[in-house]
Amino acid sequence: MSASAKMGHNKTGAQMSPEEIKQQLEANELFPPDIPGDATAIAEARKQTISAADPIGTVPVPGSVKGMVKTSFEKMMGKNPEILIDKMAERLAFERTGVRLYDAMLAKIAALGNIPGPTDVEPVIQQFRDEEHQHFLLLVAAMEKLGADPTAQTPCADLAGVTAQGLMKVITDPRTNLAQSMNALLIAEAADNVGWELLVGLAKEAGHDHMADDFSAALAEENQHMATIKEFMKHAAVAELL
Amino acid sequence: MSVLTGIFDNKGCPLDKQTFSWQQIASHPISKLDDDAFTRVRVILMAGIEQDALRLKHFGSRFHKELQLPLAQIRRVEQHQMTAINWLLSADHSPLETTIAFEQVAIEVTAAVAQTEPDPYQAQTYRFGLLEDFDHLYRYSAMLDRLEGKDSNNILQGYTDIVPGRPTSEHHRAPADDLRENYQKADAALVTKLHAAMITAAEFQTHDYYMIIGPTFSDPVARQLYAEIASVEEQHVTQYGSLMDPSESFIEKWLIHEAMEVYAYASCAEQEDNPRIKALWEQFLDYELGHLDVACQLFKKLERRDPAEILAGTVPQMVEFKSQRDFVRKVLSEEKDLRTSGSEYVAKEQESEASLQYRKQMNDPVVPSNIASAGYQWQPGTEQAKSTGGNSR
Repeated sequence: MSASAKMGHNKTGAQMSPEEIKQQLEANELFPPDIPGDATAIAEARKQTISAADPIGTVPVPGSVKGMVKTSFEKMMGKNPEILIDKMAERLAFERTGVRLYDAMLAKIAALGNIPGPTDVEPVIQQFRDEEHQHFLLLVAAMEKLGADPTAQTPCADLAGVTAQGLMKVITDPRTNLAQSMNALLIAEAADNVGWELLVGLAKEAGHDHMADDFSAALAEENQHMATIKEFMKHAAVAELL
Repeated sequence: MSVLTGIFDNKGCPLDKQTFSWQQIASHPISKLDDDAFTRVRVILMAGIEQDALRLKHFGSRFHKELQLPLAQIRRVEQHQMTAINWLLSADHSPLETTIAFEQVAIEVTAAVAQTEPDPYQAQTYRFGLLEDFDHLYRYSAMLDRLEGKDSNNILQGYTDIVPGRPTSEHHRAPADDLRENYQKADAALVTKLHAAMITAAEFQTHDYYMIIGPTFSDPVARQLYAEIASVEEQHVTQYGSLMDPSESFIEKWLIHEAMEVYAYASCAEQEDNPRIKALWEQFLDYELGHLDVACQLFKKLERRDPAEILAGTVPQMVEFKSQRDFVRKVLSEEKDLRTSGSEYVAKEQESEASLQYRKQMNDPVVPSNIASAGYQWQPGTEQAKSTGGNSR
């Protein structure tokens, strides 16, 4: 792995093979499209499939309220508690993946060294990693308090995993440098930040004020994560430039 | 003319010296951006060939108790050869980008084989299949552009045209119209046997790859497109597989397969420009010669025949890994409207009724390849580089 991207023999672009591109464009003339229409055909097919699609899955019924009559259930959990549970499970899943993203980043820093700048990066990344873990534990406790199952994969939790796949691939690829990896981490932190903001609001709406306070504390830390990772990414990119 | 017999005289690396470690077989990948597209073509082809080597030996084992141990021993090596090769594909290839590369293999390698194949009927079969994989490339390029916003030429590097071939919607045939006449083992040239084994292996891998990655897509059109083209790849495996003489014994087929692997690795080693990968092709060529030697010994012992009966002969040249643009365009202009009726190639109007019926049923109510590629025309930098962005709304 090199510290920064270098000029080299990248073969992907049209400028690398002007003669071949000329021939490919000539082929366009010789053998034009054979099916009428345009990209909206895909949009139309998507529209039809969306209308007929099944949901990804459901939010499991909290164990503590199984068999409860609807009115008592709503009193304890608020209206449509599955929305809050699903979003909590989403954050929980994302935090748990976040810990692993930080683990991968720590290995990268250990291999490639510090990012030039005012701060020693490694202890900060370690601290953030531990805070992500604390946030995960906070959500486990909060979900248990509601009687929800923190080990279940709800629809939003599942999608959090799908969303993070690309980020994980970038950070764990041995060929990516610190700036490239920080860029992926920043995307995770930006999503995390907005996610916690939403969760604080939902907890308040549902009348879980204590929970909202705990979530606000996590949000404050996430704000710091995002701002710091943004700075790290900037320093890493500038270091490459100079 | 290359005389393969000369190569076969070399007994290669003995089987017990063919060792690996996990670190070796899952090592540095090639660069998607900087390596030549034909390095990736060779990687995909050879992974497919090794996969087929495993497949053939597993089936042989089910029929021949006395061969189970030597086949298992060679398979262990081949498993790790395939891993070492397949793991050269870097993780920044999306499955759809890898698909583009698979189709480039199918087009460029089949076109090379079609031109050196001495049997006219077999050569016709390669040209016939070639135009279908050529069309798949176009449909998948449209899908890559319209799903991921990516230019398939980043993978193809200008070597392969991205235009319609024989439309995918018309590839769907009744099984009877996919079966071909086989070569006659006593009369066929060695290279005819090697070609059939090689192209069947490549198509098998393509089929299996599409079957595995197809359901990993969330987009409904991509899922349907993979379902449609995977079905055609199964037809292609049927087609190419039937080119081989069923009266060959298992050990004869095994000998041909090992000889084909030697031929393919020698071709790769000769033309590879990445020194690290070239060294790998050379090492595995040496390993294959070792496998061939084991097969020859067992052939002598169990069938009491001379392997030269099978392996004697010349091949026109090594498989040529280069852009076959002019040949492909010529075939496209002349043979796009060919269809089949049983094992015969016929004009469009004479296509078998069974295929027409089957196609009508499968293509109703939708043809995914048509949806994905409606009005698609490749542009450097994707169709978004055009002012309409590929969308007339």
